[in-house]
Amino acid sequence: MAINRDFLGREYPAPELYEVTRGKIREFAEAIQDANPIYTDAATARAAGYTDVIAPPTFPIIMGMAGAGQAIVDPELRLDFSMVVHREQRFRYSRPMEAGDLVHCVTRISDIKALGGNELMTLDSEMSTPGGEHIVTALNTIVVRGGAEDAEH
Amino acid sequence: MTATVKYADVEVGQELPEQTYPVRRLDLVRYAGASGDFNEIHWNERVAKSVGLPNVIAHGMFTMAEAGRYITDWVGDPGAIVEFGVRFSAPVVVPDDDTGAEIVISGVVRKKLEDNQVAVALTARSKGVKVLGGSTVVVRLG
Repeated sequence: MAINRDFLGREYPAPELYEVTRGKIREFAEAIQDANPIYTDAATARAAGYTDVIAPPTFPIIMGMAGAGQAIVDPELRLDFSMVVHREQRFRYSRPMEAGDLVHCVTRISDIKALGGNELMTLDSEMSTPGGEHIVTALNTIVVRGGAEDAEH
Repeated sequence: MTATVKYADVEVGQELPEQTYPVRRLDLVRYAGASGDFNEIHWNERVAKSVGLPNVIAHGMFTMAEAGRYITDWVGDPGAIVEFGVRFSAPVVVPDDDTGAEIVISGVVRKKLEDNQVAVALTARSKGVKVLGGSTVVVRLG
């Protein structure tokens, strides 16, 4: 079944602020096997001009995925999650995330369209401080395989 | 901190040295925990095959993370990244053995932009198949 177009433009604010911690950054850096000390050693990060350890560039996906998760579970969206594939991911940065950051994330369904027999949906997750300072926007495009074909029946 | 690579030293068409990153099943389990992405196609062979995949596949975001590591190791400062986008063109299939798969990443400087920024086109391959395509990172150099 085709994705419900009425959802275009809908926004999903995260239910709570995300707290970026040194431990979570270390866990993520270890998982991607990135030994850059700027992710784990506060002295190195401070020497580089940051206030605490910073997070790797793809770390914000944690909040982006949570935001996308909020959006796609609504049954009225009519999205068959078993047929979903991650197609594109983009980040636009104002600065890296740092340990100690509190992050407010708002995810918006910014595009829904058919492509061949598939359906594409793009979700923009805008992440900022509680004071409104932009940190990064994550743009996640997913494909629902076969979604558009079903719509014709 | 500013990037250790100087804008003036970079030329359009310049190739960045290719790097190889290993990925084993254990790495996918660890990445699942760290990222919160527990989709079973990334660790359960039975589920992966039931949806038509040849075997367990790496998270696309794991491959993107390695591409991020590739570029931050080149540029010096992870904070130098202004924009980073990838398209997942094929999955990285990870066999259940001790060596796993390899992700081979290369980059070419495509454009010199204003404000000391350059656009680098990234390519990632696994077993000769392009797994990231149409992928660009914009970095601000020193």
